[in-house]
Amino acid sequence: MSGLALLIPVALLLGLSGLGAFLWSLSRGQYEDLDGAALRILIDEEDQP
Amino acid sequence: MSGAAASDHVEFVLPGVKCAGCIAKIENGLRPVPGVHAARVNFTTKRVAIDHSPDLTPDAIRCAIAAIGFDAQPIAAAAPVVENAESKALLRALGVAGFGAMNVMLLSVSVWAGATGATRDLFHWLSALIAMPTVAYAGQPFFKSAWAALRRRRTNMDVPISIGVILATALSLFETIEGGPHAYFDGAVSLLFFLLVGRFLDCVMRDRARDGVTALMRETAPGATILLPAGGTVWKRADAIEPGMRMIVAAGERFAADGMVEEGASLVDRSLVTGESMPESIGPGGPAIAGTLNLGHPLTVRVTAAGEQTSLAGIRRMMEAAGQSRSRYVRIADRAARLYAPAVHTLALLSFVGWMIAGAGWHQSLLIAVAVLIITCPCALGLAVPVSQIVAAGALMRRGILIKDGSALERLAEADCVRFDKTGTITRGRLQPIGALPLSDSEKQAALALARASRHPLSRALAAALEAEHVTAAAVGDLREQPGLGIEGRLAGVRVALGRPSWLGAQADGGAVLQVAFLIEGSAPKLLAFADEIRGDAAATIRRLDQMGLESVILSGDRRDAVAPVAQALGTTALVELMPADKVAAITRLQHAGHRVLMVGDGLNDGPALAAGHVSMAPASATDVGQSAADALFLGEGLMPVATAVAAARRTRAIVRQNFVLAIGYNLLAVPLAIAGLVTPLIAAAAMSSSSLLVLANALRLRGCAR
Repeated sequence: MSGLALLIPVALLLGLSGLGAFLWSLSRGQYEDLDGAALRILIDEEDQP
Repeated sequence: MSGAAASDHVEFVLPGVKCAGCIAKIENGLRPVPGVHAARVNFTTKRVAIDHSPDLTPDAIRCAIAAIGFDAQPIAAAAPVVENAESKALLRALGVAGFGAMNVMLLSVSVWAGATGATRDLFHWLSALIAMPTVAYAGQPFFKSAWAALRRRRTNMDVPISIGVILATALSLFETIEGGPHAYFDGAVSLLFFLLVGRFLDCVMRDRARDGVTALMRETAPGATILLPAGGTVWKRADAIEPGMRMIVAAGERFAADGMVEEGASLVDRSLVTGESMPESIGPGGPAIAGTLNLGHPLTVRVTAAGEQTSLAGIRRMMEAAGQSRSRYVRIADRAARLYAPAVHTLALLSFVGWMIAGAGWHQSLLIAVAVLIITCPCALGLAVPVSQIVAAGALMRRGILIKDGSALERLAEADCVRFDKTGTITRGRLQPIGALPLSDSEKQAALALARASRHPLSRALAAALEAEHVTAAAVGDLREQPGLGIEGRLAGVRVALGRPSWLGAQADGGAVLQVAFLIEGSAPKLLAFADEIRGDAAATIRRLDQMGLESVILSGDRRDAVAPVAQALGTTALVELMPADKVAAITRLQHAGHRVLMVGDGLNDGPALAAGHVSMAPASATDVGQSAADALFLGEGLMPVATAVAAARRTRAIVRQNFVLAIGYNLLAVPLAIAGLVTPLIAAAAMSSSSLLVLANALRLRGCAR
């Protein structure tokens, strides 16, 4: 039973961090241009130092 | 990001963005332009958002983008930026509900597995701590909509959902405090999760349908060059133009306001407003209509109406008014809820009263009443409609038919007659040469050089046909366009010309065929005939629609002699020379007589009619207004998608009804158990998931519905 005292907070913390990451990415507009994001990786940026 | 300088924001539509290279080209190409602070391409929406200093006009930016090699159309800055805020909020709620459902279920499973005493109470308390904030947050979309309905003394699907979820949560909290055995937190939260999935799918479909008014603003010119009374010119935005001003409209520009031509003679393409496919010549005293295109020569126009007074703005108002009848449409799920909600609530109340009379005590009786509410909560109903519709829409999309909205599928299934526009809908909307061109190879090269230099639709049709044959243009110099006549130039000292048959001394055949003559000095002129061809399967489509019980009629703004051969070829009747308002009137007359009209059209002149129809479709080649006013778009060269879509919509309606029967049948089985007091949280959760899965599986049968 003492394992529960550790495992339940760990499970909740993991769940909450997942939820937090999802809400953060949503508010940062990461789902607004899904097709574009897939293509941008192909752009070579020569002008950056 | 430069926050220091004052900056304006403007967005352009970029239909030509196709790959990563395009994104890089535009963003890197705009960065060095003086005055541009930031530019970012959104590939999904095919737009570029630009922050720029106030002294840079949108027109200058458009030219800069054109110099990079892309065609850009500005979105008027006044247009409200309706972000997809609703679907975002739903997604956030879905995330929270998903988190809550997973964790509460984790705890519930241990309780079902046999946890007792202090452990069970601890798990119930933890569930309560997770479930209550989750319900308070993720339940909001339902609570708000239910409250709005109740305040208007109506009921909708959200009323039984809200009552069920709130009562279940409250009673479970009470059980937890009392240390009782049954808590329904898992049921309440996973119910919210399932329903939010359905709601989100529905919202995603609806998001594509927006931007109606924004699109119309795109058809107008963003502004015009105004002649100052004191001499000199200044560029003004369309909303700053006032009646009485004089504007200069260059060839290839759209008129930014209504007016009267003062100087110059030219050709205008009015197809946007009238649907008439041939350009009209215009001279001093002639009317200029906002949104139409000046094809030939620069014109000076005295503005008579601007902004909200233009005929284009009038069309927009007509569209808004016409669309109102459609907004009164009640979705099939809400119609079902009107019957369902009162029945369910009476049942729960009756079982509460019944158990009280039987002497079970109020606690036991309330528990049973809540179990009835949870079991009957329209989870399967809430999922039945959106899932069926999204599966059907996916199947149609693979066949090149884009359905913008779930309710569009419902309305499409109800249509009982079809009204077609002609130009661009029944016909392909572009001119093509009839038969092979009677030109030699060298003549073709000269003709291409001439055709490319003119904006006349016949020239462009000829150029497109020749380019398709991979002809290279000859070096024709000294090109001059004669307004209303044609274009001429010199090839190796010899005069070559392309234009009206009568201008070049050729004898035009009579009839409705569009003809242009090509001449090389010293030889006989040659006649080239063009026609706007009927889509290949138009006749077959109309026959199939007829078999399905839908009668087809053509509503055209074009002349009688242009429409008659088309109607004859298809064996339908046609109404001709209709203004946009006449088309709307024709449709409302039918609707008042009890018909449900499917309108198929493409032009701006069809916009109000598309909005007035019970449901509407447009080819993907349609104007922006046509595209945004229509409920569904179809790609490709054929017209058959119209019939396919109607058939698929009817099939979807059948599946949705089956799903309703399944969901209600499951209730008939489970409700007696609930009333008898035999439903534990475990049974409730199992029954709810299995009925949802059943409904989902049935909806998946629609994957092949578009064949």
